[in-house]
Amino acid sequence: MTMMTRQKVMDQYFMDARHKLIDIAAFLDRVEGAEGKEDFRMAAFRDAIKHLEDGGNDRAKDVLMAFSDPTEEPIAKAPGKGACGAWPGEGSEVEG
Amino acid sequence: MKFIEPHAHMVSRTTDDYADMATAGCVALCEPAFWAGFDRSSADGFRDYFRQLTEYEPKRAANFGIKHFTWLCINPKESEDMALAKDVLEVIPEFMDCPNVLGIGEIGLNKNSRNEVKVLEMHVDLAASHDQLILVHTPHLEDKHKGTRLILDVLKNDSRINPERVMIDHVEEHTIGMVLDAGHWGGMTLYPESKCSPARAIDMIERFGSERLWWDAACDWGPSVPLAVPRTAVEMRRRGHEEALIEKVIFENPKTFLSQSERFVI
Repeated sequence: MTMMTRQKVMDQYFMDARHKLIDIAAFLDRVEGAEGKEDFRMAAFRDAIKHLEDGGNDRAKDVLMAFSDPTEEPIAKAPGKGACGAWPGEGSEVEG
Repeated sequence: MKFIEPHAHMVSRTTDDYADMATAGCVALCEPAFWAGFDRSSADGFRDYFRQLTEYEPKRAANFGIKHFTWLCINPKESEDMALAKDVLEVIPEFMDCPNVLGIGEIGLNKNSRNEVKVLEMHVDLAASHDQLILVHTPHLEDKHKGTRLILDVLKNDSRINPERVMIDHVEEHTIGMVLDAGHWGGMTLYPESKCSPARAIDMIERFGSERLWWDAACDWGPSVPLAVPRTAVEMRRRGHEEALIEKVIFENPKTFLSQSERFVI
């Protein structure tokens, strides 16, 4: 259990969370103000954001799962070495 | 405060980093074999790297009073090449008797491919047949949850593996539960852009308890902070935690796991 009161959590972490939330808002403005189509990463991002309104204390886990590959079997061949942060969908592994 | 840095790729860090870590209280660090940022062309490239890890790097660390330990493997990022992997696995036993070698690592998966799984199984077999500790790397970002499940399956399928002798590193909120439930140790990696922030790492200690968990910086040539562990300890202190609990996470826990190798003496 946390050693902190809710007031101490607010005092210690509110400014940091506020800063990150504004950065996310600005990121969405930037994406929507730019030319072209969104890709699968943005769809996963929008899905992940929905979990911020969930109750309970599994928001971090649920956001991580929203970006995760839900399949169970190993893929035939690694398409590259990097990860892009969101699952592109079955059979559409991203090279990197 | 004194601390153990249980995962640091010092071949890609400067001497100033050793000085800073010693100043902050680092008494020992462990350096798993990893990807160099490019694919090596042959097993001889690994042989040279293993010499660096077992001969040269311990001397650099000793200059600052830090004990240096290491783990050997071919990293999952190079495991797609089965022929190279087999060659490297034949080289590893040449170095297993070096005084700073703790075991096999950081093995695991990267993109969760069939070849990566095969090479992981070969590493697990090597560790089991030589009674070595195992350090596991779990995949990045979107591949972590699936990869962690696959890794746990491989370990469970080898009856020679004692779960308490396996550290599964880079856990996050969606993987920590399954790792601890399987009886393994879990490592939280403190990175500025991915993996865990200090606040989230402390949240997980508060939620899952302090048993069989450690923090590491996994500092390498990417965005990473060699002093991430002591900085997170300071944040834990700011939350009001007792010094004994902080010391358990940053010193006693890694010491307990690593001391399962008789070579880990500090």
